Amino acid sequence: MEKHSTEQLNAVCSQVRRDILRMVHACQSGHPGASLGCTEFFVALYFDQMKHDSSFNPDGKGEDLFFLSNGHISPVWYSVLSRSGYFDTEELKTFRKINSRLQGHPATEEGLPGIRVASGSLGQGLSVAIGAALAKKINGDDRLVYALMGDGEQQEGQIWEAAMCAPHHKVDNLIASIDVNGQQIDGPTKEIMNLLDLKAKWEAFGWEVIVTENGNEIAQVIKSLEKAKSLLGNGKPVLNLLHTDMGYGVDFMVGTHKWHGVAPNDEQLENALGQLEETLGDY
Amino acid sequence: MEKILDTKYTYTEKKDTRSGFGDGFLEVGKKNKNVVGLCADLIGSLKMGAFQNEFPDRFFQVGISEANMMGLAAGLTIGGKIPYTGTFANFSTGRVYDQIRQSIAYSEKNVKICASHAGLTLGEDGATHQILEDVGMMKMLPNMTVINPCDYNQTKAATIAIADHEGPVYLRFGRPKWPIFTPADQPFEIGKAWKMIEGTDVTIFATGHLVWEAVVAEAMLREEGISVELINIHTIKPLDTAAVLASVAKTGCAVTAEEHQFNGGLGDIIAQTLVRNQPVPQEFIGVDDSFGESGKPEELLEKYGLNAENIVKAAKKAIARK
Ligand SMILES: Cc1ncc(C[n+]2csc(CCOP(=O)(O)OP(=O)(O)O)c2C)c(N)n1
Ligand SMILES: [Mg+2]
Repeated sequence: MEKHSTEQLNAVCSQVRRDILRMVHACQSGHPGASLGCTEFFVALYFDQMKHDSSFNPDGKGEDLFFLSNGHISPVWYSVLSRSGYFDTEELKTFRKINSRLQGHPATEEGLPGIRVASGSLGQGLSVAIGAALAKKINGDDRLVYALMGDGEQQEGQIWEAAMCAPHHKVDNLIASIDVNGQQIDGPTKEIMNLLDLKAKWEAFGWEVIVTENGNEIAQVIKSLEKAKSLLGNGKPVLNLLHTDMGYGVDFMVGTHKWHGVAPNDEQLENALGQLEETLGDY
Repeated sequence: MEKILDTKYTYTEKKDTRSGFGDGFLEVGKKNKNVVGLCADLIGSLKMGAFQNEFPDRFFQVGISEANMMGLAAGLTIGGKIPYTGTFANFSTGRVYDQIRQSIAYSEKNVKICASHAGLTLGEDGATHQILEDVGMMKMLPNMTVINPCDYNQTKAATIAIADHEGPVYLRFGRPKWPIFTPADQPFEIGKAWKMIEGTDVTIFATGHLVWEAVVAEAMLREEGISVELINIHTIKPLDTAAVLASVAKTGCAVTAEEHQFNGGLGDIIAQTLVRNQPVPQEFIGVDDSFGESGKPEELLEKYGLNAENIVKAAKKAIARK
């Protein structure tokens, strides 16, 4: 795969953000906040880091795999999948509408290319990713498994069951990231259920922990993921604390839980799109 | 132009049943100081904010930790509290089934499991969130009372009434704005079915949002000269067996209507009651062994065969089988 420049990747991000906003606007539902915040991460994975095949083989043998545990940020995933060739961008129009493959939360039932397991009920994705990483080991497949979780999602007990399990089984072909945006539905994570020191917690569970200070700067995201890869293969999984701003890229959405799961109205959409260049052509 | 139906119950306003829960929760909190609340990062969606503001010391935001919430609720009852837990129906049941089973139902704890966004009418979030199995899971549990009110007013009344009932309760309600067609001052008696319309040709047993669809279906059937008895089964367990049997003794056939799988739902328990006592033809309105999907509530009710038109067809079929 030819390498894209930072400039080219940023251009993809701008288009992905337009897609996200237009998708949630069209169905007047869905989750723009963390979708916007995680745009650089998804673009870095699919346009730079992962070896993957858009013709889509559900088994993913010989490919890097990605699992989204915080399934509500499906808009950014669908946009990035379609922009990297998994399905026609026109299909983004059908998001959350009846008879669509683009369900509100990712699903396998209608066979949308790129999705390997349903998510939406929080807390389950890391366990699945660990299972897939174990399968790769059994198969002698040296490609990697990536996973993304939310920070509010860390409040689920199953996350910590999975956290204990991966180092125990020496799952050192796994890079899990947490979208540390400090927000969840009802407010800031600090006020809802304080997570305290996530770095110390994951380290205590036996993970290599790295920190991406600015997850909205694509060069930094890529550098972190490169570093994560360099730490693998030593008996430990890697946990990446990916600091992002919820709503990044749209001035009136940034940094608040208020846009976690609310769609913009016509006027707000126009305002937001005015802040984001159309680089690859709107669907 | 759409024909105006002469329904026996009418509405001037639509409101979500979860708001009925939120308003009832505040009111019961004022009446009974033992009532406490817990919520797993969905205070806004469950409309629990008014109670939280009024009684901050009796309310616990637990974050996204539903299993933990069920355990906390069980523990609070040991100090004489009456905990109301709040999250979506999926995360109130399937997610925490064993916690409910062991710490609440088997241990006979006085916990009120309040579950919003039940069924297909949750809409765009899709199948991961649209639970259609919750009534089945909850009604299988010994000691559990299962209530599924039909509109804002009935949900509010039920929310207040369950505080006076000793024992675990599963209270199921929903997300969309829905007609308010029952009176504001209605009494709510757990376990007592409400005969909303008298009739002679067929009995429709309906629960939750589908009671409104059944009200519409009754008017459509009446225009064709068919006399419908409509019974509102707000309490699915314990079922008002006497009311069910008395009605079919008169009409000779039944239709059940619910926003749930056929498997495990209201239709199942009515069928069991009829088979044991007084077998008559029964038709089922519900979801036929499939998951839901994203879409608008009305579109989903139509696609999955849960609206008034489908109830009309089912009623005719039941009558023909007599
Ligand atoms: C098990 C479960 N409980 C509750 C929810 C409802 N819910 C959806 S997103 C969310 C907040 C998630 O917070 P976070 O992981 O920080 O994601 P962000 O708000 O940053 O997108 C909640 C409570 C859910 N989807 N699954
Ligand atoms: Mg967050």
